[in-house]
Amino acid sequence: MMASNSPCAACKFLRRKCNQDCIFAPYFPPEEPHKFANVHKIFGASNVSKILNEVLPHQREDAVNSLAYEAEARIKDPVYGCVGAISVLQRQLIRLQKELDATNADLIRFSTNQGSSFFNYPSNWNNDS
Amino acid sequence: MHITEINGSLRERKKREEKEENKKEERRKKKTRKKKEEKKCVTTTQTPMASSNSPCAACKFLRRKCQPECAFAPYFPPDQPQKFANVHRIFGASNVTKLLNDLHPHQREDAVNSLAYEAEMRLRDPVYGCVGVISLLQHQLRQLQMDLYCAKSELSRYQNLSIAATTGHGLMTNESVAAVNNYHHTQNTTAVVGGNSNGRDHHYHHRHHQFFPNQQNNIVRNFDGGIGNNYDTSLLAMNISASLGQFNQVQHHSAAGGGGEDRRTVNRS
Repeated sequence: MMASNSPCAACKFLRRKCNQDCIFAPYFPPEEPHKFANVHKIFGASNVSKILNEVLPHQREDAVNSLAYEAEARIKDPVYGCVGAISVLQRQLIRLQKELDATNADLIRFSTNQGSSFFNYPSNWNNDS
Repeated sequence: MHITEINGSLRERKKREEKEENKKEERRKKKTRKKKEEKKCVTTTQTPMASSNSPCAACKFLRRKCQPECAFAPYFPPDQPQKFANVHRIFGASNVTKLLNDLHPHQREDAVNSLAYEAEMRLRDPVYGCVGVISLLQHQLRQLQMDLYCAKSELSRYQNLSIAATTGHGLMTNESVAAVNNYHHTQNTTAVVGGNSNGRDHHYHHRHHQFFPNQQNNIVRNFDGGIGNNYDTSLLAMNISASLGQFNQVQHHSAAGGGGEDRRTVNRS
């Protein structure tokens, strides 16, 4: 994870000695300084440390990555952050669901028409019945 | 004058003086009452957001005096203590202050509400937070897209079968080809020919798919391009795939419930 002498990105940013038991070291490599800088700007190092201590060790990498994602989203969009993406996705879900409901209604209509008489003209061509 | 008359006039004079003094006292009391009322009006007009005695939720939490110019007061009312508690726990009061100071005043309410939502999601799911919700929504969106594609393919198949039935034979004549084109144009023009869905009724689709290849491509383009039109798709894709295995855990959190507070439309202008 870390070269023997190279401090992690967090300790470099905080200008402190990177100990062997540094909680940030496995997740903030020195070649990704922006990752910690963003997370520190939005959440703060102490809050991140608390969150990491609350989760199990095998979950910490995912936790750090999701925090980094949220921090980057908040820096790009200071008003809505990643909540903006959630809003967009929800609206698209609603739109697609409506479209699917309409298509299913058409399918039911066609299937009943075919069930009653397979050789009938489509109802919008001729009104035979 | 007689003594009795003098005494009588003295008594009357005393009564008159007492009456005047009483009147003066009443006037003084009225004045003091007016002054007190005026003072109260000045204090309430100076602090329109906070009631005269109730600190905002932030100052209550931080155990400090809520000043009239408190930056948190408009957004953290005292009847919602949990909102500030969550935000403080995840982001910290100083970070929230810096964030709010970087924004225009009319944007701050939305910013606070989105921070409160993120904080709540992070507390519910300390590992993934809002990213879990995004991942879940993307999965649902992909599922819906597939379902819609299959439904439209099926619908197109029904339409083709009914049209073929009206011609009386399986092969398409030139006149019936024109009729098919007209028929599809009067219907929903985004109908998909299900030539690729399965191998059934292949001889129908073999003739039909060559008439509507552009429509089919348009559908696919809409599915792929619709998601990220207003958002950075690279940002959405970042690290989301790692969380795909955690859907079972995340599905306990309702996406609708998380977005309920923030259903205001996102203005991406």
